[in-house]
Amino acid sequence: MSQTSKTVLILGASSAVAEATARLYAAEGARLLLVGRKAEQLEVIAADLKVRGAAVADIALCDLGNVTPASVAENVAVWTERLGGVIDDILIAYGVLGEQSRAETDLADAAAVMQVNFTSAALWCLAVAGQLEQQRAGTLVVLGSVAGDRGRQSNYLYGATKAGLDKLVQGIAHRLSKVGARAVIVKPGPIDTPMTAGMKKGGPMWSTPQAVAAIVRRAADRGGVTVYAPKRWKFIMLIIRFLPDAIFHRSSL
Amino acid sequence: MLPPSFHETQALRSWGRVTQPRQFVQKPAWLNQAAAAVTALDHDGSVLPVGLGRSYGDTALNPDGGVVVTSALDRLIDFDAATGVIHAEAGISLGSLLAFLIPRGFFLPVTPGSQFVTLGGAIANDVHGKNHHEAGTFGCWVEEITLARSDGTIQQLQPGRNDGFFAATIGGLGLTGMILSARFKAIPIRSSLVETETIPFANLAEFFAIAQESETSWPYTVSWIDCFGSRGAGRGLFSRARHVLSGELRAEADATRVSIPFEAPGILLSKPVLQAFNALYYTAGKRHRGTRKTSYKPFFYPLDAIGQWNLLYGRQGLYQYQSVVPPAAGPEATAEMLRQIAAAGQGSFLAVLKTFGPRPSPGMLSFPQEGTTLALDFPNRGESTLALLARLDDIVRAAGGRLYPAKDGRMSGDLFRAGYPRLAEFEPHVDPKFSSAFWRRVKTAG
Ligand SMILES: Cc1cc2nc3c(=O)[nH]c(=O)nc-3n(C[C@H](O)[C@H](O)[C@H](O)COP(=O)(O)OP(=O)(O)OC[C@H]3O[C@@H](n4cnc5c(N)ncnc54)[C@H](O)[C@@H]3O)c2cc1C
Ligand SMILES: NC(=O)c1ccc[n+]([C@@H]2O[C@H](COP(=O)([O-])OP(=O)(O)OC[C@H]3O[C@@H](n4cnc5c(N)ncnc54)[C@H](OP(=O)(O)O)[C@@H]3O)[C@@H](O)[C@H]2O)c1
Repeated sequence: MSQTSKTVLILGASSAVAEATARLYAAEGARLLLVGRKAEQLEVIAADLKVRGAAVADIALCDLGNVTPASVAENVAVWTERLGGVIDDILIAYGVLGEQSRAETDLADAAAVMQVNFTSAALWCLAVAGQLEQQRAGTLVVLGSVAGDRGRQSNYLYGATKAGLDKLVQGIAHRLSKVGARAVIVKPGPIDTPMTAGMKKGGPMWSTPQAVAAIVRRAADRGGVTVYAPKRWKFIMLIIRFLPDAIFHRSSL
Repeated sequence: MLPPSFHETQALRSWGRVTQPRQFVQKPAWLNQAAAAVTALDHDGSVLPVGLGRSYGDTALNPDGGVVVTSALDRLIDFDAATGVIHAEAGISLGSLLAFLIPRGFFLPVTPGSQFVTLGGAIANDVHGKNHHEAGTFGCWVEEITLARSDGTIQQLQPGRNDGFFAATIGGLGLTGMILSARFKAIPIRSSLVETETIPFANLAEFFAIAQESETSWPYTVSWIDCFGSRGAGRGLFSRARHVLSGELRAEADATRVSIPFEAPGILLSKPVLQAFNALYYTAGKRHRGTRKTSYKPFFYPLDAIGQWNLLYGRQGLYQYQSVVPPAAGPEATAEMLRQIAAAGQGSFLAVLKTFGPRPSPGMLSFPQEGTTLALDFPNRGESTLALLARLDDIVRAAGGRLYPAKDGRMSGDLFRAGYPRLAEFEPHVDPKFSSAFWRRVKTAG
């Protein structure tokens, strides 16, 4: 593959959405570094990506949700080096859904969800933003969720962590715009992945990892800071955000 | 009882949609999870691997039992660009395989009429395509299968190994274990276009003549037949195709153009509507007779353009009925079946007729055998439909033929045994924890 092939860093590479996105990069001949905490899974994915055309599909093991500020900075430096000194695109995809009712009674559980989805992810975002700023190029793509657009009884803790990421990424996008780099928050609706195992699926609300991946891949190249996946969620959430509390509170969403 | 990783649902149905059983479903994302899923059962639990649910009847259903959906197991493991041998996880769809293979100058060696079919499903039903007379079944091209059994063992199966598990698993209806991955040989192509020719025929005799003439020079042949034509005449359209020898190699994206949003009302399937549809189809086909070049997709996967077309058959669903009868019996048995259908006034949208070639199928329970195969779909009208199918059964049985389990949801155990003489050889290979609605039915029902 040519030296012009993209370098891509994926945090949470074993996520279904991340894997589907990685396949799109692989088909372009990209050089990928896959980060996650399960070597066996990452190896299977890396082999698939190589067959599909990735120039490089390397693995780095890291318990992404469980990190210290110092280790975050150091890892980003090491991984940048492994990708040849420049990261073109970085995708942050790991996360947990948690269980709202459990988090309400067990605060340790709530803390764990916040640690994985927001606290650790925010550190990765900040460290990577520094790298992109220095490069004066590159795109950070973070997976948020429509759940971050309005708190609702059934999953507001998860929603809050995604809302936090949303605002963080907005700010980073503003900051990076000064140097020609980008940051994007992609907000999917429900997707048929292991994260939603056991839920009643099917119907117009649900999408597939492949459909979301296509949007993620496009968002990395061009477009605005906030991207809904699929796009119809932009309009659905517009309505939901503006529903008066008096009406919203009568629903059982 | 099944472990909590299996979730209760009634949403998983077969393509014919005649029943809506309660099942306990798990959709593993990794091969080791899939292997673990089939070992995690206690004494009275049973399990069945399923792919994309494109089988019409009950071979891919396990009511009140466990179902392991494979469609997230869709990774490529290895590809040899020199030989076209590809190794992939069992849940990958044929469409995804084509998207990978075509730009690299390869094609599926055998493909059924839908690309929304998994590799595992293609093997477990030993599917056939329009090139059966040349290429045999999909199983003829499989070089290795990795099979997970409920006792926790993982077997590597290859053709010619004498333990029989390979021959049992090809066409094994998901009963011999869970196929984790498979290696098969793709065929080289130089273009993604196909040259097709459509030839109208006025009766069955013409069909058999064109079929015989075509099979030496055309790798792909198939016919549509009008089952409403004037009593038993069997007019239709013969189409044949070959890969074009030079040109672009372009895989087309998702085939679905429009989707049927909900179950259609019964009127759509009334006899006058079906009759008019068939007449129109014939006339349109006649007008388009002759040769043309098209993308591979409209030729191989015409129905994939309409998402969930099975909903057109309404709330009661549909029965498919696909038989094969030996060559000598072909003309007479086919004519007799068409006569029965016309007499019952129950014809189908799309009746498909094809001759299978002599290449032996590798599976003990593979459906294809040399002869004439006729595939029909019937809106489920309850007793009257079942009565007609029973009359067709008699014709098939008398002709020494058999029915295709992938399409079946009602054949008697007796007819199944009559059609599949290697059943006794197959049975010892069935995994004791694996079962399906089909299997329980043909084992117990008369
Ligand atoms: C429009 C259309 C056209 C068709 N045309 C043809 C045709 O031309 N020729 C033809 O032969 N068939 C044809 N079929 C039937 C279809 O090819 C078969 O039913 C095929 O097996 C479906 O694959 P699937 O992935 O949907 O499997 P399912 O229907 O989900 O399962 C089929 C069988 O495979 C087993 N199975 C699935 N995955 C595994 C696994 N990993 N390990 C072990 N067992 C497994 C299941 O237990 C079941 O017995 C057609 C179907 C449709 C809807
Ligand atoms: N699925 C949906 O409906 C949906 C909707 C909107 C947004 N999203 C978001 O989209 C992203 C991808 O989700 P998905 O649906 O693809 O989920 P998924 O397939 O379940 O993947 C989640 C990933 O997160 C990883 N992970 C969880 N905790 C981790 C930790 N502490 N350290 C490292 N990795 C950890 C998991 O790795 P392990 O295998 O190692 O646990 C797994 O790879 C998530 O951010 C999710 O919040 C999903």
